[in-house]
Amino acid sequence: MKSIALINEKIRQGKAVVVTAEEVIDIVKEKGYKKAYEEIDVVTTGTFGPMCSSGVFINFGHSDPPIRMQNIKLNDVPAYGGIAAVDTYIGATEPSTKMGNEYGGGHVIEDLIAGKDITLHALSSGTDCYPRKEILTTINKDNINQAYMFNPRNAYQNYPAATNSTNKTIYTYMGTLLPNYGNITYSTSGALSPLLNDPYLKTIGMGTRIFLGGGVGYVSWQGTQHKVDVERSENGVPLVHSGTLALVGDIKGMSTKYVRGAVYEKYGVSLFVGVGIPIPILDEEILKYVSVENKDIYTKLVDKSGKEAIDQKYNYEELRSGFVKFNGKKVPTAPLSSLSVARDIASTLKDWINKGDFELTERVIPIPSEKKVNSLEIRGIE
Amino acid sequence: MKTIKLKLSFEKEAVTKPIIYDLVKKYDVMTNILGANIEYGNRGNMTLEIQGKKKNLDLALDYFTQLNIKYEIYGEAIKRDEERCVHCGACTAVCPTHALYMGEDAMLHFDKDKCVVCRLCIKACPLRVISLEL
Repeated sequence: MKSIALINEKIRQGKAVVVTAEEVIDIVKEKGYKKAYEEIDVVTTGTFGPMCSSGVFINFGHSDPPIRMQNIKLNDVPAYGGIAAVDTYIGATEPSTKMGNEYGGGHVIEDLIAGKDITLHALSSGTDCYPRKEILTTINKDNINQAYMFNPRNAYQNYPAATNSTNKTIYTYMGTLLPNYGNITYSTSGALSPLLNDPYLKTIGMGTRIFLGGGVGYVSWQGTQHKVDVERSENGVPLVHSGTLALVGDIKGMSTKYVRGAVYEKYGVSLFVGVGIPIPILDEEILKYVSVENKDIYTKLVDKSGKEAIDQKYNYEELRSGFVKFNGKKVPTAPLSSLSVARDIASTLKDWINKGDFELTERVIPIPSEKKVNSLEIRGIE
Repeated sequence: MKTIKLKLSFEKEAVTKPIIYDLVKKYDVMTNILGANIEYGNRGNMTLEIQGKKKNLDLALDYFTQLNIKYEIYGEAIKRDEERCVHCGACTAVCPTHALYMGEDAMLHFDKDKCVVCRLCIKACPLRVISLEL
């Protein structure tokens, strides 16, 4: 049993052995669990996919005379005005009032991180202490105060692959799905994916220091819709969406290489978020989890039109091959999450740790485990 | 010399006009019909590749406008901004000829020869990095 304190000591001495969640697979195959466990201290993971439940809290600073902002727009994208005078939250999926879905909250966040000037227009009814009723100016990441990303749900632990049973093309957050099961899309970094490498969240918890958007972030809570009581393969990996994380990080350290606004045709705006989580190899069991391969990670296939119940699962090696068999036919498959950027994230995090710039944290508490997710019942209003 | 690929859509008034003859004779434009669907006396559309001096091609386009023929210019292929592409692969979901495909290196590759300029990828790209090469 290794401790995080011991691993951090090795990081400070430049002696920690850090490998990515892809590299660990071959090392374990070559050396076996016991020897590999003795050698490896940290395994880094990475993912870069569209994560709608993301956004940034901003404090603009006070103008003279001051304003209590109520109706707030950033580059014509509405931001939340229901908190303190010059605080706001810009959510990734909010569309522009002028450009619709072609520009939205996700793009404002990307532009903010890029250091671009962003037009701020805010209205207020005015109060005795905040007399100003309107403000029009530009802001950027250097002239505002705090700006931190707070993402209520990121890093979904597995996600069903999507297809379309109807005879019309459908436009979804899982991309454009062609008629009559014409294609299958899936979104994962598979063997590199953070929560697929720690399926029971034995190491990841509140306070875990992570790579977020190119900067340093932290796991702050369980993500929304987090659930643990799901169908799993023998190796513990869930077959459907299960665990999620709420993440926080200062945008001032982030890069647009790892945070990008996105548009899903006839669906809406989203944000590609880069997340990398280090997994300390505290015991052999954890090493077993991180050495999981794509061929052993299965996901279910779902009809996104909601018409047909499909009883089919595929592993990510099959999905990555470009084609799978469905109903006896060869169906093309396409990814939605960037494996090449996920690899970049896992290796960047590895470099940070190797250089001694990034130490691991002890989690404050484990992720609270909700057994199930409630659905929203439509009740009559008296 | 310049070559452009374009689609013409016309209403019944234009169907009876000798468009191809005029293109060749009046504007010295080489014309290759790639596809045509014309209901004589009603309406039609035609996909053409036309080649000629830039000035003459511009005059030919003016000629279409005069005849109230709508035209849409296609690129030879789609163009991808490689700097901005994140290699997510969403475009490969809709590419009918697999001109866009994910390589073993997990990067997006584009085989220009296979591209039929269907343009489905342009809107399937969440980063909006694909456009028509004009």
